[in-house]
Amino acid sequence: MSALADRDLIRLSASDLAARLADGSVTSVQATQAHLDRIAAVDGAVHAFLHVDAEGALATAADVDARRAAGEPLPTLAGVPIAVKDVLATRGMPTTCGSRILEGWVPPYDATVVSRLRAAGLPILGKTNMDEFAMGSSTEHSAYGPTHNPWDLDRIPGGSGGGSAAAVAAFEAPLAIGTDTGGSIRQPGAVTGTVGVKPTYGGVSRYGLVALASSLDQAGPVTRTVLDAALLHELIGGHDPRDSTSIDAPAPSAVEAAGRTDVAGLRVGVVRELGGEGYQPGVSARFDEVVALLSEAGAEVVEVSCPSFEMALAAYYLILPSEASSNLAKFDAMRYGLRVGPAGVDAPSAEQVMAATREAGFGDEVKRRIILGTYALSSGYYDAYYGSAQKVRTLIARDFDAAFEKVDVLLSPTSPTTAFKLGAKLDDPLSMYLQDVATIPANLAGVPGISVPSGLADEDGLPTGVQVLAPATADARLYHVGAFIERALDERWGHTLLSQAPDLEVAR
Amino acid sequence: MSVTTDLEPVGFDEALTRYEPVFGLEVHVELGTATKMFCACDTTFGAEPNTQVCPVCLALPGALPVVNATAVESAIRIGLALNCSIASWCRFARKNYFYPDMPKNFQTSQYDEPIAFDGWMDVEVDGETFRVEIERAHMEEDTGKSLHVGGSTGRIHGASHSLLDYNRAGIPLVEIVTRPVVVPGDKAPAVARAYVQQLRELILALGVSDARMDQGSLRCDVNLSLRPAGTETLGTRSETKNVNSFRSVERAFRFEVGRHASLLDAGRSVVQETRHFHEDSGSTSSGREKSDAEDYRYFPEPDLVPVVPDAAWIEELRGTLPEQPSARRSRLQADWGLSDLDMRDVVGAGALDLVAATVEQGSSPAAARKWWLGELARAARERDVALDELGVSPTQVAEVQGLVDAGRVNDKLARQVFDGLLAGEGSPEEIVAARGLEVVSDDGALGEAVDRAIEANPDVAEKIRGGKQAAAGALIGAVMKEMRGQADAGRVRELIIERLS
Ligand SMILES: [Zn+2]
Repeated sequence: MSALADRDLIRLSASDLAARLADGSVTSVQATQAHLDRIAAVDGAVHAFLHVDAEGALATAADVDARRAAGEPLPTLAGVPIAVKDVLATRGMPTTCGSRILEGWVPPYDATVVSRLRAAGLPILGKTNMDEFAMGSSTEHSAYGPTHNPWDLDRIPGGSGGGSAAAVAAFEAPLAIGTDTGGSIRQPGAVTGTVGVKPTYGGVSRYGLVALASSLDQAGPVTRTVLDAALLHELIGGHDPRDSTSIDAPAPSAVEAAGRTDVAGLRVGVVRELGGEGYQPGVSARFDEVVALLSEAGAEVVEVSCPSFEMALAAYYLILPSEASSNLAKFDAMRYGLRVGPAGVDAPSAEQVMAATREAGFGDEVKRRIILGTYALSSGYYDAYYGSAQKVRTLIARDFDAAFEKVDVLLSPTSPTTAFKLGAKLDDPLSMYLQDVATIPANLAGVPGISVPSGLADEDGLPTGVQVLAPATADARLYHVGAFIERALDERWGHTLLSQAPDLEVAR
Repeated sequence: MSVTTDLEPVGFDEALTRYEPVFGLEVHVELGTATKMFCACDTTFGAEPNTQVCPVCLALPGALPVVNATAVESAIRIGLALNCSIASWCRFARKNYFYPDMPKNFQTSQYDEPIAFDGWMDVEVDGETFRVEIERAHMEEDTGKSLHVGGSTGRIHGASHSLLDYNRAGIPLVEIVTRPVVVPGDKAPAVARAYVQQLRELILALGVSDARMDQGSLRCDVNLSLRPAGTETLGTRSETKNVNSFRSVERAFRFEVGRHASLLDAGRSVVQETRHFHEDSGSTSSGREKSDAEDYRYFPEPDLVPVVPDAAWIEELRGTLPEQPSARRSRLQADWGLSDLDMRDVVGAGALDLVAATVEQGSSPAAARKWWLGELARAARERDVALDELGVSPTQVAEVQGLVDAGRVNDKLARQVFDGLLAGEGSPEEIVAARGLEVVSDDGALGEAVDRAIEANPDVAEKIRGGKQAAAGALIGAVMKEMRGQADAGRVRELIIERLS
């Protein structure tokens, strides 16, 4: 193919690419090679990938092409390349979680999400960068260096899943898998102009997802269109007997919901607590436009109050570190990963090796949260911290229940700001934590959420996002409303948001 | 480390004149499920190291646990058999601490929501019944095993390196915890022992574990404290581990009473710590210091959903319970026609299951009891082991009695068969053959011996001819002596009477 054709190929949505693969106008090997070439061309600047598996991806692509040529019926996304966040175990491919402590570890097994991708014939391009163990909102806490926002390489791509969002925004992959513990799919989506979905807790198997906070983590799609997210969601979702917390019930079709165009009569609640003060003017302006669009199309828009959301951030920063402090205890140098002996000790004990390894292998943010969590779970403090946080969690779930009695979906800006400059918040953890103020309530209550691009902020010309939240297991509503917003805005602008992103090959 | 070894332990009886012991028992039962608690790995004992492992029980990043339903069922049945209430909703909890043989560095256990709670078991000692209250029975997983290499004792001290075997990591356990038990001090060690003994009977009857103390599938910790006689406040306790037989329960108990008493007498305080029992010396030594400050940071296991046993299922399981040990004892006593005193001897000797199993194999209750409480009890005393550790099985005892019943050996020869069994010379049949023990009932050889005895004792023969059949004993003795005991005494008597009537 010519260079121009390659340029077009990587800009296709996953569903469009799938259609071309199906009608034979493009092969999976061509598409996969085009994306590998793009990675080679721009990832030096973006650093979305920690590992690229060209050989494995091309082998899968060739296999899919052969099966298609033989007339075998294939899944919709067969042959469409994908990038996977480095927090999911991939057999035969390094899995680091952005941490030194797992440098070089190659899992002997696949996460359920990954085995579903493989079974459906998606070539896996590689593993994407992330904040260490998914702790962060900027990808700056990766032990392997930050990812850069394709809209402005001096800015953060969001986090923790900045690698997946940047890979998709930079046309290095049409699809990616992210994970969302407090906003790690949605906030990077908002600041890179991409679509990100956090499914209902239990909707996608966590088996093989290296846990940050078990009760909050959820894997989901990172894409350029709502329909692509729906296709990917249906592929990776559904019950898994290896994950006790996965839901064993059929979910309504996300793809079908993404095809609905009518929002007349839909009840939309704007969350009072998730907006206004602390939100960048350009973010608020784009959000108000989306609300107006829905209203004009016949949706019933009302303001809804969820007063407990004010406590969500505090509760989250007790529950997450508590679970993380325990989940990360397994990294002890005994069975895998980094092993460091204590300096100046001749015959160190196992305990000394454990301590030295954890000291050397974990970054500051990880240590900070392990210490916080260890403290919050300590006897004498448990009730005041972990116990109270769990009560707040219950209150937040009740606020959602009450709200969803009145409305079908809730709406808010995804992130209070656009992408900030790399390094701007590194010395101010609290300000960094505030990035997730609007996304965290959904994780605490286990409800699903989507972030859809809402435009560019006037003050800095950077992408903003709108978040739609739905009741647990009603993920289909996200695709219905998300697709409406996407379509209405694209029509108004006359183009997609990402088509306005700078051309990285020129910029480089 | 504690400073206790410099004091001579006070004698048990003397200690009781000043102090009252309060004890609690924690028994870990390794369930006999085919797979582990949270993964599908095989649980067979004795496999090559690290051959029964998977991402879950090795705690590879990303792996998740799934609860073994059979283990939950076994835990509920144990709870029901111990007269416990069964939780209608309960969770697992993480017990956090770093230890190389624990892959996740937390143990998935249960904390304040055990599957079973508030039960009891009646324990009989010397015909008296004592109620032991059960605080809880909860589910958890076992750890792996460390093998310390290069040291002299197999302990970590002095070892050059350690090897880790994770085959046992994740094997399901049920931990059964009693409330503090207060019974008359002189009876307390026996009550503790009888509790463990009866609990083991119950576990075996439930069929949920092989409950082998020697292989560690039933492990007992003895928690003990003393308080001045007549006071109410509990003293500081020690937790003695490694108590691997019924006798050890009693011995560890007595030793700790003496050790605590010596400390208290000297005005010192007892250190709250884990202690290890040493089978050879009958003493304990200090292990890990275990203060209340040790903080496991328990919290509900977020990777597992709550266990919510259906009420109908619980009732169904109640229907599968075996007889209670006390009811079983009453039934067996009646079946065997034993007096209370005789039955107490059987139970006290730890022979109940052995006798019952021997009877099941076809022996008469009287014979089974005779062998276990006589010949075999004597052998156990000589070897300083428990009856069930002798290496003689109920089946073998029944086989020996079968030989007696068939007239192939007499009781005296049977004792020699037991000697052979104890020496590991093979099956009863093999021993009889190898040692040439079969009695002579061949009338030809016996007849000649009888004739010689009559000839040598004309006075006795005359008495028998005169109708005094009781005098035949002297002639039987003479024949048996000549035949070196290998004659069927009944047949000898018959031959003598035949010839002299
Ligand atoms: Zn396993």
